[in-house]
Amino acid sequence: MSGFDDLFRENILDHYRHPRHQGVLEAPDIRYEDANPLCGDRLRMDINVSEGKIADIRFSGHGCSISQAAASMLCEAVQGKSLEEVKNLTRDDVLEMLGIELGPVRLKCGLLALKTLKAGVYGIRQWPGEEEDESEGGT
Amino acid sequence: MNRSAVAMGRPAAAGTPGPQPFDPRVVRADFPIFSTPRAKPLRYLDSAATSQKPAAVLEAMDHYYRGYNANIHRGIYAIAEEATAAYEDARRRVATFVNAGPRELIFTRNSTEAINLVAYAWGRTHVRAGDAIVLTEMEHHSNLVPWQLLAKEKGAELRFIPVTGSGELDLEVLPRLLGDGRVRLVGVVHISNVLGTINPVAEIARQARAAGAVSLIDASQSVPHCPVDVKALGADFVAFTSHKMLGPTGIGCLYGRRDLLEAMPPFLGGGEMICEVRLTESQWNDLPWKFEAGTMAIAEAVGLGAAVRYLESLGMEQVFAHDRELAAYAIERLSEIPDVRVLGPAIEKRAGVVAFTVGSIHPHDVATVLDDEGVCVRAGHHCAMPLHEKLGVHASARASFHAYSLREEVDAMVQGVERARKLFAR
Repeated sequence: MSGFDDLFRENILDHYRHPRHQGVLEAPDIRYEDANPLCGDRLRMDINVSEGKIADIRFSGHGCSISQAAASMLCEAVQGKSLEEVKNLTRDDVLEMLGIELGPVRLKCGLLALKTLKAGVYGIRQWPGEEEDESEGGT
Repeated sequence: MNRSAVAMGRPAAAGTPGPQPFDPRVVRADFPIFSTPRAKPLRYLDSAATSQKPAAVLEAMDHYYRGYNANIHRGIYAIAEEATAAYEDARRRVATFVNAGPRELIFTRNSTEAINLVAYAWGRTHVRAGDAIVLTEMEHHSNLVPWQLLAKEKGAELRFIPVTGSGELDLEVLPRLLGDGRVRLVGVVHISNVLGTINPVAEIARQARAAGAVSLIDASQSVPHCPVDVKALGADFVAFTSHKMLGPTGIGCLYGRRDLLEAMPPFLGGGEMICEVRLTESQWNDLPWKFEAGTMAIAEAVGLGAAVRYLESLGMEQVFAHDRELAAYAIERLSEIPDVRVLGPAIEKRAGVVAFTVGSIHPHDVATVLDDEGVCVRAGHHCAMPLHEKLGVHASARASFHAYSLREEVDAMVQGVERARKLFAR
């Protein structure tokens, strides 16, 4: 488990206090909402796609600082990227963006944004990192 | 086995002194977890989730495994008889603790299994299409989901006693819910695990019976914290669990009215719950063993018996007064903080549970800051999602107390909440 000061590094608090890409899109190409049943957090992603790339992306919903910061960072990272690149994003990519290690409970907070994004774009419903293990599917 | 002054105190009886003056610091010394070395002091404010265990409980279980581990009701050798006696002694002690007869007290895995037992064995023989079950909006998922399953299977209807803005049950609605004579069961939580509300379950059970329905009380948060007399409540079924009452996990209890239990078919089939087995049919064992299939949690039963003995030595009136005093103090201190909203009713109507929100700060974040101060609170929906929806909050943080809880732990929590407010200000 990482320490408290690691968990609330300035970059996480910065994204939490000043979230990027927060909001909704009018009639987006893709709209997908998902939830973390453990903590009741909900997250929605609105995405406009142009020429196979993410032209615009917004997130909305409610959650803890880790889940909100992860959504903000992830949106920033995928803006302008091709859908193929989005598909290849992994759990470790998100953890690298956050720059922290997360215990088993907070891990889902950190990964809700990527899960929602991949489910919306590709219909991949598993938690990132659990895709191969069918027996664990559906939380 | 019991080392401290408090633990040595015997249950009050004629000619012997009553419980010792209550001192949470003396109680705390009986709980090894608080003296286990760790980086920061343990400030455990999550007893509604599970309580800590006194040495007397750990030692009783250890003594069983080291001294007389054997299966019960089977062997005719000495340690098997000793184990059987210890298991049944534990049952008698727990039954007496809630004023039930030993044949009316069934060991289960936990409260959830106790409620599922009723939903399965009683519900499937008594609830038919078009019947109704009355629950409340403040139920724990464990007293909600088993009835959803039953209602769906049978084509029955679920009705709900609403929760008022102050976090109490709106009982004016109850006569109307019961009015058409279709209600078979009324299930209600005694003390809410979120709001701490103490519900008037005796009155609800009385109205249920008058309407021809049976009552089930989820006593998971009451039996561990205050005196409970199942006969005085007039309830037909009462469910509670060991691990919240200073006992081990893995064992819980169902009290059932004897005539109801006698008439019910078994829950699980297997060993011990039968008296005669042929290849195609069997005859059921007597109560309570009819409902105890397979080898039960023997060590846990022994541990639960020791927990009840310990609680009796403290005195449940004193435990309850202590819990409520801490709840009042926590509410007073939290209310001084801007943006803090304490959920639930006024202190006169609540037990030692205090759930709250801190502005728009997510309870997970509050709990993480508190964890850094060694303060353990629950954060989330506490297995009561419909209630949170009703209260208009996504989730909450919750502090809850037991006999070993201290005022200074509340102070540390309040300090942590202040720190969370600063850290997550935006």
